[in-house]
Amino acid sequence: MSGFQYEAPATVEAAVGFLAGAKGNARVLAGGTDLLVQLRTGAANPDLVVDIKRIGELRQISGNAASGFVIGAAVTGAEIGEHKELAKAWPGFVEAMELIGSTQIQGRATPGGNLCNASPAGDCTPAMFAAGVVCVIAGPNGRREAPVEQIPTGPGKTSLAKGEFIVAIKLPARAKNSGDAYLRMIPRTEMDIAIVGAGVNLTLDASGACTAARVSLGAVAPTVLLVDAAAKALIGSKVDDAALARLAAAASAACKPIDDKRGTIEYRTKVAGVLARRAAVIARDRARS
Amino acid sequence: MSKFHISATVNGEAVEYLCDPKQTLLDVLRDELNLTGSKEGCSSGDCGACSVTLDGRLVCSCLVLGVEMQGRSVETIESMASGEKLHPLQQKFLEAAALQCGFCTPGFLVAAKSLLEKNPNPTESETRYWLAGNLCRCTGYDKIIRAVLETAADMRGSK
Ligand SMILES: Cc1cc2nc3c(=O)[nH]c(=O)nc-3n(C[C@H](O)[C@H](O)[C@H](O)COP(=O)(O)OP(=O)(O)OC[C@H]3O[C@@H](n4cnc5c(N)ncnc54)[C@H](O)[C@@H]3O)c2cc1C
Ligand code: FES
Ligand code: FES
Repeated sequence: MSGFQYEAPATVEAAVGFLAGAKGNARVLAGGTDLLVQLRTGAANPDLVVDIKRIGELRQISGNAASGFVIGAAVTGAEIGEHKELAKAWPGFVEAMELIGSTQIQGRATPGGNLCNASPAGDCTPAMFAAGVVCVIAGPNGRREAPVEQIPTGPGKTSLAKGEFIVAIKLPARAKNSGDAYLRMIPRTEMDIAIVGAGVNLTLDASGACTAARVSLGAVAPTVLLVDAAAKALIGSKVDDAALARLAAAASAACKPIDDKRGTIEYRTKVAGVLARRAAVIARDRARS
Repeated sequence: MSKFHISATVNGEAVEYLCDPKQTLLDVLRDELNLTGSKEGCSSGDCGACSVTLDGRLVCSCLVLGVEMQGRSVETIESMASGEKLHPLQQKFLEAAALQCGFCTPGFLVAAKSLLEKNPNPTESETRYWLAGNLCRCTGYDKIIRAVLETAADMRGSK
């Protein structure tokens, strides 16, 4: 690791000030489970690191299922997993966050870090795409909001401008009869990187027909994908076998994966359809219950 | 780059140290405070040999910066025994041969203690998942898992 300046401001405004005023390259530090590894290997070489964990507002989960939850950007996976109401309303999002790493990693890792690390294989990011998360972003011009799918632009790259950072993620108000799910395929049962991840979030009406759906895929393209065609396959259907088959075909068709030792193009493409289908069944059953 | 002057609590005692932003908490514990019980196996969060609790949460000290510690409290393996009296987990690890070379042992003990504080009656599966971030090259894990489960049963029995 080479040297860098470190700041741990107590307010969002002060953090923006440091990030915007930095000479050279500045990095936000949330849980550090990606950043510290990158500092160690030299993959990241910042001149300034701004730790956001001392900002009180970022350490809280507020709201509820009906109004929508707001999760501060310094809230960890362990804290998210302990929030019963959140886990009840958004089991897919919470499970995806909890899949990340070990108990030790959970004690530090954040959803915002997963998103801004911008790995196509991040586990929480596809679940946030499916959930329709909105990011609250602070910057030199004040605050703005952006849909989560606008944040990652390529491996390790985001659309955030200099001086900007994510202060919170917002889960939308939960409609009745809704459910979400995230599944990943890994060669082991724990502590591994997804070969494919699939997130589904849907809402049913009183007759069981799907009125809204979002489907996402991880690890099959340079960024996490929101697959509109797969969502359209569900909307209007009863999420029956025919609709699930169309969803699986649409998910596979959206894949532009890499070929590596972890999984071939053919394998990833096939598994994307299978996982999307399985996630949709879980989301549907959750919406029904 | 100037050094930071940090005041923190380590194993219940107030300590002060100077550190560089690039030093990890593990570097500080081992190199500045001479607490060498926490081990460095990988420096990338994978092996758990550096496990400590930070304000009560189990974390890898190799993934925490020393400068983050201002006003915070850390517990390491050095605080586990009371003087000469071993913690029941430590005693059981010895009796059940839950270690061979011992390099992974401080991390496993710290992590297992944190599990039993949260859940005094974990299932085998819960124990294996909780400890999935602690790697051991020697034992094959079974003896470690059994030692943790037996200690949990003993500790419940003695309450
Ligand atoms: C052993 C191990 C196992 C892991 N397993 C998994 C896994 O199974 N699945 C998975 O998806 N990931 C895994 N990871 C990666 C990592 O833990 C996750 O991506 C985690 O969510 C990152 O969150 P963080 O808060 O630690 O991010 P940090 O390391 O703090 O930050 C990551 C990046 O995002 C930026 N950033 C962080 N917060 C913000 C913000 N609020 N606004 C703007 N930029 C920000 C940082 O500058 C940095 O570039 C693993 C890592 C380790 C070490
Ligand atoms: S040295 Fe910290 S996890 Fe291996
Ligand atoms: S006893 Fe040798 S690594 Fe576990």
